[in-house]
Amino acid sequence: MEQQREAGSLGMWVFLLTELMFFGGLFASYIIYRALYLPSFEIGSHLLEVKFGALNTAVLIGSSLTMALAIRSAQVGRRGAQVGFLIATMILGAAFLFFKFTFEWHHDYIEHLVPGFGFVIRPEWGAAGAHVPMFFCFYFFMTGLHALHMIIGLGILTVLTVMAHRGRFNPPYYSPLEVSGLYWHFVDIVWIFLFPLLYLIGGRYIGGGH
Amino acid sequence: MSEHIVPTKIYMGIFVALLLLTALTTGIAYVDLGAWNTVAALAIAVVKMLLVVLFFMHVKYSSGLTKVFILAGVLFFAILVTLTLADELTRHWSPTPSGWGALLPFSTPFY
Amino acid sequence: MSTATLDVHEVPTGSRVNYLNAQYGVKSWLLTTDHKRIALLYLASITLMFFVGGFFAVLMRLHLIEPQGALVQPETYNKLFTMHGVIMVFFFLVPSIPATLGNFLVPMMIGARDLAFPRLNLLSWYIYIIGAIFTLYAVISGGVDTGWTFYTPYSSSFSHTSVIPTALGVFITGFSSILTGLNFVVTIHKMRAPGLTWFRLPLFIWAIYATSIIFILGTPVIAITLFLLGLERLLHIGIFDPAIGGDPILFQHLFWFYSHPAVYIMILPGMGVMSELITCFSRKRIFGYGFVAFSSLAIAFISFLVWGHHMFVTGQSIYAGLIFSVLSFMVAIPSAVKVFNWTATLYKGSISYDAPMLYALGFIGLFTMGGLTGLFLASLATDVHLNGTYFIVAHFHYIMVGGAVMAYLGGIHFWWPKITGRLYPDGWARFAALVIFVGFNLTFFPQFMLGYLGMPRRYAVYPAEFQVLNVMSSAGASILGIGYLIPLLYLTWSMRYGPTAGPNPWGAKGLEWQTPSPPPTENFEEIPVVTEEAYDYAHTTVTRG
Repeated sequence: MEQQREAGSLGMWVFLLTELMFFGGLFASYIIYRALYLPSFEIGSHLLEVKFGALNTAVLIGSSLTMALAIRSAQVGRRGAQVGFLIATMILGAAFLFFKFTFEWHHDYIEHLVPGFGFVIRPEWGAAGAHVPMFFCFYFFMTGLHALHMIIGLGILTVLTVMAHRGRFNPPYYSPLEVSGLYWHFVDIVWIFLFPLLYLIGGRYIGGGH
Repeated sequence: MSEHIVPTKIYMGIFVALLLLTALTTGIAYVDLGAWNTVAALAIAVVKMLLVVLFFMHVKYSSGLTKVFILAGVLFFAILVTLTLADELTRHWSPTPSGWGALLPFSTPFY
Repeated sequence: MSTATLDVHEVPTGSRVNYLNAQYGVKSWLLTTDHKRIALLYLASITLMFFVGGFFAVLMRLHLIEPQGALVQPETYNKLFTMHGVIMVFFFLVPSIPATLGNFLVPMMIGARDLAFPRLNLLSWYIYIIGAIFTLYAVISGGVDTGWTFYTPYSSSFSHTSVIPTALGVFITGFSSILTGLNFVVTIHKMRAPGLTWFRLPLFIWAIYATSIIFILGTPVIAITLFLLGLERLLHIGIFDPAIGGDPILFQHLFWFYSHPAVYIMILPGMGVMSELITCFSRKRIFGYGFVAFSSLAIAFISFLVWGHHMFVTGQSIYAGLIFSVLSFMVAIPSAVKVFNWTATLYKGSISYDAPMLYALGFIGLFTMGGLTGLFLASLATDVHLNGTYFIVAHFHYIMVGGAVMAYLGGIHFWWPKITGRLYPDGWARFAALVIFVGFNLTFFPQFMLGYLGMPRRYAVYPAEFQVLNVMSSAGASILGIGYLIPLLYLTWSMRYGPTAGPNPWGAKGLEWQTPSPPPTENFEEIPVVTEEAYDYAHTTVTRG
């Protein structure tokens, strides 16, 4: 059983490495274009609301905490706590998606900042304006791919919650929880990098960027 | 992965640390550090990642094999970024020839 | 009776329960989690895709008999070479040895009962099939004409063909590779039999392990790249679009970051098969086991550092070109190490010329030629002349067909008795190997000359002075096509009418030969304990039986 548990865990880590390279292609492209078009990226970044980015970061970190505590509850055999923490994780994950889609994406759509859906280059952006859509391509692709992974994670959590409620996880056997926890934490880590890379480019001090 | 059960206190501590680091990275963005803003933001993100990986993902208590795998993944991501940047950032270091005539005096030594 | 061998002479052949007859019915095959049955599911699927891709090749070579094209319109020709490439690369070569021989042999060679994640293995196959269906749909709905490399901006903005279904098919099939690689890595780490240390493993396992690393780390990058391509095509805006500052060359970087290591995915398992064939048919241990094992890892690692050599003439910076050129020379070194070691293994060996060995000997020569011509292409100066010509086409076909496909066929023949419990007709097998060798060289050697003389690739028409060489190449292709049909026929025939095989018809070393042919579903009655080194031909007399 121990070998199976280790194999399962190793298998999930290998899968997470593939996810690292999957997001990695996007991050690599982002790094390149940011290096080439820094002024445009600063303009784009300043159009995002830091408060929502920071709030969502806190929400996701909280969900990682509750996920870790859910696994711990299984390790010490407390069924009620397992279910409670899993539900808390789902609520926080759903909140993240809610804030993102309603306050951020919808707002950006209304402001004509969605490439391919009526993007308007504003004259006050000056010469760097031509490349601002590139920033927003990355913003929507990266947060979109991240959100897709969160939705999949919520699906997995739903299944786990049902299983936990039925008492499937206890001290000797909780590897689906552990392995899903690894996936959830990975999605959190992606956001930990997305927040500064998308929302905090060029600084927010008076006089902005450089 | 070991059977090691991490105490709740440690999880709470890591959680608080992560929140503080988030506040820090947000706050630093409002201070003018020039190019160091980016460095600071990335450094803080790396610290947060390490906290999540080591404690929430239990890598601190995991086998060496897991750690090797993670490092390998990071290495290959770094290769992707570095070698692609090597092209994109050095494109304009050499002049673009205009027409066949530009190729004639190709005696410029390569150093 | 020792724990490491099974005395099969007491068991009446033909009446024994094995993995093939343990359960009957379509459901028992489509819902199996037995790695051996899954290997056969893959074998059937990739054989089908091989002949579909081959069909496009036949059409191309027929068309190129005449300088102005003999068969199709140029637009159609573009679709032919694209579909040939997409199907052969993604649906035949990449899965070929890993999904068939790898799936069948990895657990057996390490003394395990199955892979680490048997249900994931079945899922891999279904994902492959779904991807194949999307791509075949694209073929039927008019094809794609972008080249298998999908270069932007043509693929993202200008082509009017079925780019998205094709890209989606490749994207989906990529996950099949990823899951297979994941399965192999965890299995090899965690499920080796007692006594089977890393340095006692068959070199085939080292090769599969190295291949799996590439599966895991490379495939996701082409997945995201094709995903971005699809988005750009759908949204008419994206990160490769120059209108918003995008760089079409970035697509090439991301594409080749996977696709170059992918060619090593295609050859490494073949090299693993080679080590097994050369040792068995020389009845000798491999020369320099450690070097061959580590060279597989070295190839896997360095393969990730050289992708820019596909982009020397696309506008990439010269400085990056220099770096990639140097690294490309370096990647040849571990491959050369392997060729030296196989040759040294042959030296003073007791050579027998069964069909698998004929394929192996052909591999050594043809792979070496392909590899050496790669050095012409790694050198910036000569690549400027040769890029985009038939020299490149010949180079990679020498490695992919003269190398990988021959190793694949050699492996299929070698392990056929184990997989099916039948022997194939030896005379036909040797004859087919020779036909393939002759047909192959007649097809592709003229292409080296054509490329050097300047004939561009992916062109539907060519200057009249190139006709003789083109006709030679097309004649060779017809011989090669026949050569591939012959094994299809006799191998299929042998499954029903071939003489039954004993557990070890070649007298080979390796745990897989210590089970009955075909093996029981659980592979081993008792998990073997390994006490001897790999390829220990000198110390024990193993007779054919």
